[in-house]
Amino acid sequence: MRIGVITFPGSLDDRDAQRAVRAAGAEAVALWHGEHDLNGVDALVLPGGFSYGDYLRCGAIASLSPIMREVVDAANKGMPVLGICNGFQMLAEARLLPGGLIRNDHGAFIRRDQKLRVENTDTAWTNGFAQGQEIVIPLKNGEGEYVASAETIERLEGEGLVAFRYLEVNPNGSLNDIAGVRNERGNVVGLMPHPEHATEPGFGPDTRAAMRSGVDGLTFFTSAIAALAAAA
Amino acid sequence: MPTIVVDVMPKAELLDPQGKAIAAALARTGRGAFDVRQGKRFELTTETQVTDELLASVREIAEEVLSNGVIEDVVGVHVVEDSPVGIVEVA
Repeated sequence: MRIGVITFPGSLDDRDAQRAVRAAGAEAVALWHGEHDLNGVDALVLPGGFSYGDYLRCGAIASLSPIMREVVDAANKGMPVLGICNGFQMLAEARLLPGGLIRNDHGAFIRRDQKLRVENTDTAWTNGFAQGQEIVIPLKNGEGEYVASAETIERLEGEGLVAFRYLEVNPNGSLNDIAGVRNERGNVVGLMPHPEHATEPGFGPDTRAAMRSGVDGLTFFTSAIAALAAAA
Repeated sequence: MPTIVVDVMPKAELLDPQGKAIAAALARTGRGAFDVRQGKRFELTTETQVTDELLASVREIAEEVLSNGVIEDVVGVHVVEDSPVGIVEVA
C-alpha cells in the first residue's frame, strides 16, 4: 500500500502524516503540490499547516494548486482522501466536501487534546472504529469553525455524513459540534483535529494509562489500509 | 488604467469574530457603540478596456475564486477609473 502525502507551500504536518502512514504499516509517498502526478499512490492525505499563509481564505489558494486537478479526479473515482485541518479546508474549498471553515467564534487560536465521537464508520478512514467510539486526538487551529447552510446541515445529519463530533467542549463554535465530515461515497473525509499527532506512544495525548500514550489517530490510517485491501 | 473593484463580506447570518473584536475595541476606547463587520476589497487593474464580457468574467472570478459562497457573499463589483478629480465610479 502506498499512501501519498501532499506538501503545499506552508504545510506543517506533512512529515508527521508520513510518519503516521508508516506507523500504520503502509509506504508513505511524498508528493509536491506543483506537479500533476500522484505517483501511482493508492490513497492521499492533505496535511495540516498554513498553506500560502492562509491568504485569501484558508486552503483557498492551495485548492487551486496544479496537483488538485488530479486529487479531485482521483477522489471522484473513489480513491481514499483524508484532509486534516488545513487539508480539510482545502477539500471544502475544492468542493469535495460540503460546508466551510471560518475563524473560531472566540477569535483565538486553540490547541487542546480534543475528545471526539466517531459518528460514522462507513468510510475509508473510519472503518476500524466502533460506531459511537470516543477518541482523543490533538486539535490546533485558528479557523476551525465548521459552517454550512441550514439545508446542508440538515442533509448531513439526515444522510449520516457527519463523521466526527466534538464532545464535552465545542472548541471553535462549529455548527452541531461538527468536527469532521465525509462525502456521500465515504472515500473522502475531512476533519479539523489531527489524527497524525496521535499515532506513536510517547507523542500522543495523555491517557489514563500513561502520559502521551494516546494513539487513537492510528486507526484512521489502518482503516484506509483495510479499505484498500478489501477493494483489491 | 481601469480598475475593477470586488467587495466581499462574510455572510450576514454568520458570526464575524474579527468584526466583533473591532467593535469591542471601539467600545473599550470610548469611540462609540457599533456593530462592525469586516470584509475584503479586491482591486483588479487591467490595461484593456472594460467590456461587458470582461465584467462578466470578473463576476465569475469573484464568485468562484475571490469569495467562497458557503461562507461569503460578493456584495459589489464595480469599475473605478483614475480621473483628475480622483476615483470615479463609472459602473
